[in-house]
Amino acid sequence: MDLSFSPEETAFRDEVRAWVADALPADIKAAMERGEKVKKDDLRRWHKILHEKGWIAPAWPKEYGGTGWTATQRYIFANEMALAGAPDLPAFGLKMVGPVIYTYGSEEQKREYLPGILNGDVWWCQGYSEPGSGSDLASLKTKAVSDGDEYVVNGSKIWTTGAHEADWIFCLVRTDDTGKKQEGISFLLIDMKTPGIEVSPIIIINGDHTVNQVFFNDVRVPKRNLIGKENEGWTYAKFLLVNERNGIAQIGAKKHTMARIRKLAASTQLNGHRLADDPGYQRRLAETEVALMALEYSELRFLSGQKTDHAPGTEANMMKVAATQLQQSMSELFIEIAGYYSYPFDGFRDTEGSNEPPVVPEDAGGAMHQFLYGRASTIYGGSNEIQRDVIAKVLLSL
Amino acid sequence: MDLSYSDEQTMLRDSAERFVEANCGAENLRKMRNTEEGFSRNYWKQMAELGWLALPFTEEQGGLGGTAVDTMVLMEAFGKGLVLEPYLTTVVMGGAALRAGGSDAQIEELVPALVEGELMFTVAYAEPQARFDLFDVATTARRDGTGWVIDGSKAVVLHGDSADKIIVSARTSGDRRDATGISLFIVDAGAPGLERRPYPTVDGSRAAEIMLGSVRVDADALLGREGEGLPVLERVADEAITALCAEAVGAMKVLLDTTVEYTKTREQFGQPIAKFQVLRHRMADMMMEYEQAKSMALVAALKLDSEDPVERRKAVSGAKVQIGKSGRFVGQQAVQLHGGMGMTDELSVGHYFKRLTMIDILFGNVDHHLKQFSAAA
Repeated sequence: MDLSFSPEETAFRDEVRAWVADALPADIKAAMERGEKVKKDDLRRWHKILHEKGWIAPAWPKEYGGTGWTATQRYIFANEMALAGAPDLPAFGLKMVGPVIYTYGSEEQKREYLPGILNGDVWWCQGYSEPGSGSDLASLKTKAVSDGDEYVVNGSKIWTTGAHEADWIFCLVRTDDTGKKQEGISFLLIDMKTPGIEVSPIIIINGDHTVNQVFFNDVRVPKRNLIGKENEGWTYAKFLLVNERNGIAQIGAKKHTMARIRKLAASTQLNGHRLADDPGYQRRLAETEVALMALEYSELRFLSGQKTDHAPGTEANMMKVAATQLQQSMSELFIEIAGYYSYPFDGFRDTEGSNEPPVVPEDAGGAMHQFLYGRASTIYGGSNEIQRDVIAKVLLSL
Repeated sequence: MDLSYSDEQTMLRDSAERFVEANCGAENLRKMRNTEEGFSRNYWKQMAELGWLALPFTEEQGGLGGTAVDTMVLMEAFGKGLVLEPYLTTVVMGGAALRAGGSDAQIEELVPALVEGELMFTVAYAEPQARFDLFDVATTARRDGTGWVIDGSKAVVLHGDSADKIIVSARTSGDRRDATGISLFIVDAGAPGLERRPYPTVDGSRAAEIMLGSVRVDADALLGREGEGLPVLERVADEAITALCAEAVGAMKVLLDTTVEYTKTREQFGQPIAKFQVLRHRMADMMMEYEQAKSMALVAALKLDSEDPVERRKAVSGAKVQIGKSGRFVGQQAVQLHGGMGMTDELSVGHYFKRLTMIDILFGNVDHHLKQFSAAA
């Protein structure tokens, strides 16, 4: 047993660190430091830089455009990216539908969809939740009815992140409602330009438009867009959910936030001293750091298990709960340090064309915005209540 | 001991709840937050007509002689409806400053106009470097002839954009963090040299950064005695905290009721989610938090006028700690139990959650008041 990285892994870390320091555009890095939302065009620019380097899809098999790295290397890579202040790229193509397509899709589907995901030209969104089907995802009702070599889709999806910016949507649809609810679901790829699709924005509590409701009204989808077999979509959906939760710990991003918290505490006064020197704050910071350490080494331990071909499974449920709780307590600490400067509405930072300098000091920028958005993390991707049910059922056999 | 409302208090509560029910709430907030002032002048006029703006002033001052409990009753109702009108800044904070520091002449001149709804007030006490310390004042005022000249800047002045009179803390002697040497001045919002940078706040209210560049005021602008402004400011903060605690209790009640109702109607896995034990226990905890917050808000109101400064400090800071913690739990769990819907701007839940989050920050958060409590005890 050895906790430290091997010389090869250390060399790899140095290589990644040097590359990202040079390759990450300064304006994107600066926006991240100010806690701003990185816009689609900038994300795409960064996506293409990574693609050109060949590092866009580390987890994919090499034959499909992956890197062939070990799980440890992928961990190092993700960590270094986040520490350097690189923005997270949307997961929908690279981490969700991409792996579904290369695992369960036909050769034709692989040829058709994987290149666009890799080069960043095609953006995806995820059609899972419905107004009546949240935690109970398998009860979904959006219907796809066979009509010749097409399906006719009717229904609605909700909380669809980025639907207003996406080119394609991957959808769970009901193709059979006679048996068990999990058994009549299919996995369908739908072009967002198809007639009958309407995207309606949902504004969330931080004032952002990130999610939508998507309506399908007699949307005709070619049957060749079906992934795998009809009525077996639940298998692919679960595969995807595990992938979604894998890496949800986002250790690097959390370290980046910790660095911002420390910086703000150092520039904030308390009782005539730096807040960073206050014992109360130091205790909370230390508690947070210990929790982060526990999360990081849990992830590493699970990763090490995967290296020996133990499939990632329900550990992902535990990581989801622990990681989202920690993320929320970190963002709470952040707004508390920001004090009164949590109070101004900070959404203007993202308003294009605004030449007003922000009221909120740069060190505290985006703290409240992210705190509010972060409340969703214990809800989405299977609420933490559902995760605990799964942990109890599967891991504890209760 | 009798902790029940008097007939007058019950009437006040009922009339305030009726007003709030008919006029306020999340829908009203979504409409008003895009307006220039962020609240309704019409509602303000109605509040004046109902006598609410006169509540905390004595009868000699032209008021109703209300107690802190009366203000609590009103604020709790306001909390239930996310009331946006500047009651806290004008009546509670401005009123406290005038009652605690104002001369007879100032009270005679200003209180009738305040009570009529003609003059709006705010208190500019916070500074960018000061965090929650009322005594950390870098803004200065120096004598100039018979008057004063004020220089400095004030941070996150609540309703600083719509107030007619801004009560500004400024240092007339001593060092930045001295407890003495702070004076208060009543400054006209339109005074030459006073610049305001207004902005909306996270909870749909409004505030402003205020810059004072050689702002000249007359001798009669001084509120209270020169160099002795801190006790007045502390009084303002304690009255504001007590009022905010009551507002938070009202907001928590709405979230508790809304969440219970939602979980009874939202079905997943073939049954209302209220049937799941984990959610039932969560809501039981929310209710306990609400009840304890309500008790502490009452303690603060009852002890606000205590002769014993330690007793007052422990009651007010203790209430702020409890409200901060309870408000956080109730607000966050209300969002969680509403699922994705709780994250939307459309539903009321998120607005109450944001207001509760902000109330924790205003006039010092949990950490700050734990220290205050501990220092007093």
